[in-house]
Amino acid sequence: MPEFTLDINGAQKTVETEPDTPLLYVLRNDLAINGPKFGCGLSQCGACMVLLDGRATTSCMLSVSSIGNTEITTLEGLVDDNAKLHVVQEAFVKEQAAQCGYCLNGMVMAAVDLLNKNPRPDDAAIREALQFNLCRCGTHARVVKAVKRAAKTH
Amino acid sequence: MIEATSTSRRKFLQQIGYISVGFPLLTSCIGEPDPVIATRVDYEGSLPGSMRGAKTVNAWLQVLEDGSIRVLSGKVELGQGIRTAIRQVAAEELDMELDMVEVQLAETGLTPDEGYTAGSGSVPNSAMSVRYAAATARQKLLELAGEKLKTSFDDLILFNGSIKAKKSGDSLTFAEVLNGAQIDMEVTTPVKIKSKTEHRYVGKAVPRTDIEKMVRGEQVYVQDLRFPGMVHARVLRPPGYKSQLVKVDEAGLATTVSGVIKTVVNGSFVGVITEKEYQAVKAERYLREHTEWEDNTSFPEQKELYNHIRSIAEPSSNVKNEGDVTAAFQGNSTVKATFRKPYLKHASMGPACGVAMYDGDVLHIWSHSQGIYPMRNAISAMLGMEVDKIHIVGVPGAGCYGHSTADDAAADAALLAMELPGKHVRVQWSRTDEHTWDPYGSAMIMEVEASLDADGKITGWKSDVWTDSHSCRPNGDAGTLLDARYITNPVQMKSRGYLAGGHRNADPYYAIPNMQVNAHFFDGPLRVSSLRSLGAYTTIFAIECLMDELAEKAGKDPLDFRIAHLTDERAVAVIQKLREMTAQVTLADGEGLGYAFSRYKNTAAYAAVAARVAVDKATGKVAVKKMWAAVDVGEVINVDGLTNQLEGGMIQAASWTLMEEVRFKDKEITSADWNTYPIFRYPDIPEVEVALIDRPDLPAEGGGEVSMPPSGAAIANAVYRASGTRVYELPIGVRKV
Ligand code: FES
Ligand code: FES
Repeated sequence: MPEFTLDINGAQKTVETEPDTPLLYVLRNDLAINGPKFGCGLSQCGACMVLLDGRATTSCMLSVSSIGNTEITTLEGLVDDNAKLHVVQEAFVKEQAAQCGYCLNGMVMAAVDLLNKNPRPDDAAIREALQFNLCRCGTHARVVKAVKRAAKTH
Repeated sequence: MIEATSTSRRKFLQQIGYISVGFPLLTSCIGEPDPVIATRVDYEGSLPGSMRGAKTVNAWLQVLEDGSIRVLSGKVELGQGIRTAIRQVAAEELDMELDMVEVQLAETGLTPDEGYTAGSGSVPNSAMSVRYAAATARQKLLELAGEKLKTSFDDLILFNGSIKAKKSGDSLTFAEVLNGAQIDMEVTTPVKIKSKTEHRYVGKAVPRTDIEKMVRGEQVYVQDLRFPGMVHARVLRPPGYKSQLVKVDEAGLATTVSGVIKTVVNGSFVGVITEKEYQAVKAERYLREHTEWEDNTSFPEQKELYNHIRSIAEPSSNVKNEGDVTAAFQGNSTVKATFRKPYLKHASMGPACGVAMYDGDVLHIWSHSQGIYPMRNAISAMLGMEVDKIHIVGVPGAGCYGHSTADDAAADAALLAMELPGKHVRVQWSRTDEHTWDPYGSAMIMEVEASLDADGKITGWKSDVWTDSHSCRPNGDAGTLLDARYITNPVQMKSRGYLAGGHRNADPYYAIPNMQVNAHFFDGPLRVSSLRSLGAYTTIFAIECLMDELAEKAGKDPLDFRIAHLTDERAVAVIQKLREMTAQVTLADGEGLGYAFSRYKNTAAYAAVAARVAVDKATGKVAVKKMWAAVDVGEVINVDGLTNQLEGGMIQAASWTLMEEVRFKDKEITSADWNTYPIFRYPDIPEVEVALIDRPDLPAEGGGEVSMPPSGAAIANAVYRASGTRVYELPIGVRKV
């Protein structure tokens, strides 16, 4: 099986896997990273999002061979070296913006991407930026509050 | 960390015998004033149902070597925050810091058998059992400490894991008091519980600690479990419910897909085990193209669904008959309408997952099932294996909102693990299987008719409900598991499950002298089981829409009209609260405000919901702008946890109401992914606001389902105000307005 060296959360990681394996499976299974979740494998729900060069992207249909030296950041990689949470993560905890929390990874990723581009989004901008991300528990209203809170402290 | 599977840093006292552990709190407290201990009052009511099979204190609570407490609950975490609620209740009764209490959720052989985590029952059953067990433990600990410290009861203070004699200053930790034992006395009433006015944690917004774990990407879900040498598997689900395997040609599989360990064919059950997960995905795809099936599945035409339901229904059964409805209808003006609701999906964000390992003697299973003990009985029956040779650990999955596919994935893993002893086998369902094999919430019809007298009072009411079953959960019947219907010597479900869930809330909670409810049960074309609030979403949709029509006909304000028919002041209070909450609302052109009320199951929590909608005149598109809920669940355990559930319930119900419908054609369920079964996305989400009426002296009811039933009707009533069109069929979508 071929080897691939990936730039993940600031470190170089080498994995041996078939080239068509989606990045999501490599992250979760080969690298034991829990953040990105399997929700559909169809690029429809956002549960598997990671940041690729800073942009929130679904990882469930993206083959590992196509990644090259793109910088990959997962939920875990948002936490700084002193274990301090990213402002968006912190805001999700403060607003208790989760029920089952299965969608939370994608929401956080999309919100980080949004705030990087637009540090002061209004309600409509937040809703638009997160519209790809599904949540079945109906935690959306709290997530919007969390993103606003993060924007204030950003 | 997944507490259920890790070996805890704290060991049970029983296992290690007596250990003297100094407890720092009192040492550090020397010189500080003693804490003020809250008064206790006798609780003389009934004990929760969950205590019937687990009567002793140590079934619910154990003292650990450092004096902290481990609480055992047979419930599972579904995102409802039950772990936190239970921790609050235990810490409250035992006057401890919250972090001195850890909560062990469902695991066979370890925690009480509490059946299913369902029906908004976790707080009234599990949390209340823990309350009475903890309160009993406190009394017993004080009694034992009094003997050891040779002092009277009044001289003792129990606080944060220790008991201190005020006069002498001597103290003992709980562990020292028990000296290696646990409290095995039975919990009996009266129980001395803490006076509710002196609560420190209960009734407060205590944050959940698992949310920080989630944002850090720690192991939380069954999907996150990884065991050394774990292998992966997929099950090839048949093309239709009634398909039978004719032939599988796996000759080319191993050369096409690498890492294949084993293909398991058992009757019409086909599973494949591989080294890596994506290999299993590819192997399943390969097998799908290399199998032949005989398929007798056939669905009615979608547009004929409701006629079909009527045509296959059994003769009606009368479930309520009070007064004389026929007489009441005579000579009074009546209003009659028929409401329809399609099949709905649970549509969990995380497709089902199960892990199993057969060690040659015991079969271990990790599952997000809502009922690990009942599931154990079903798996035992399916495998012909002794129940005590099956060990199940409950691990959270994604939110499931009723009986969905978790048990079926566990059964898949069990069947495959038995074929590969010594290996942990992880089965992950695909999104398509999750969408197409889910046991849906039944399609339903409700016909309602009511009569009004000259004063605008309802004199008679008749409800006729057409419904399939609302719970086909696992039990000792193997046929409750999907796999058992396809393996060699297949079995089908013996019973029809919980049919009565279909007419839940079909009898209005209003004071109406003549009332009749009839149920028309049918065995419908799609697989069904329990979906959040069961039949109540549909029955309340029908009742509360008709109440609006009746109010209009009587020339009354819709809230006043409801209040005029209520004799229960708690019901009136939530409606009054809702009126207050929405009093300042100003509506734009094309907007409407609608209301609805229900008392869940007519015996549990109260909810009044309002919705503000906008209807686009040109396109007919309905947007829900804001929803309000005024709710009374009796005693509130966790304000924020409850609010979160109620907010989520309104949003989920709004999504059902506006856009959801399971679609099918010929042999196939065509709502197979998120594009073909759309649910609300962010731009569709209403603002939500919740007000709670806390009644600490009344029993605590669960809140998980309470806001759902009135939400559909409130939206439909708002649509009428906005557009003049009454909605009789769900989803509202665009086409019906
Ligand atoms: S899992 Fe990738 S978008 Fe759903
Ligand atoms: S919190 Fe459960 S899916 Fe979003």
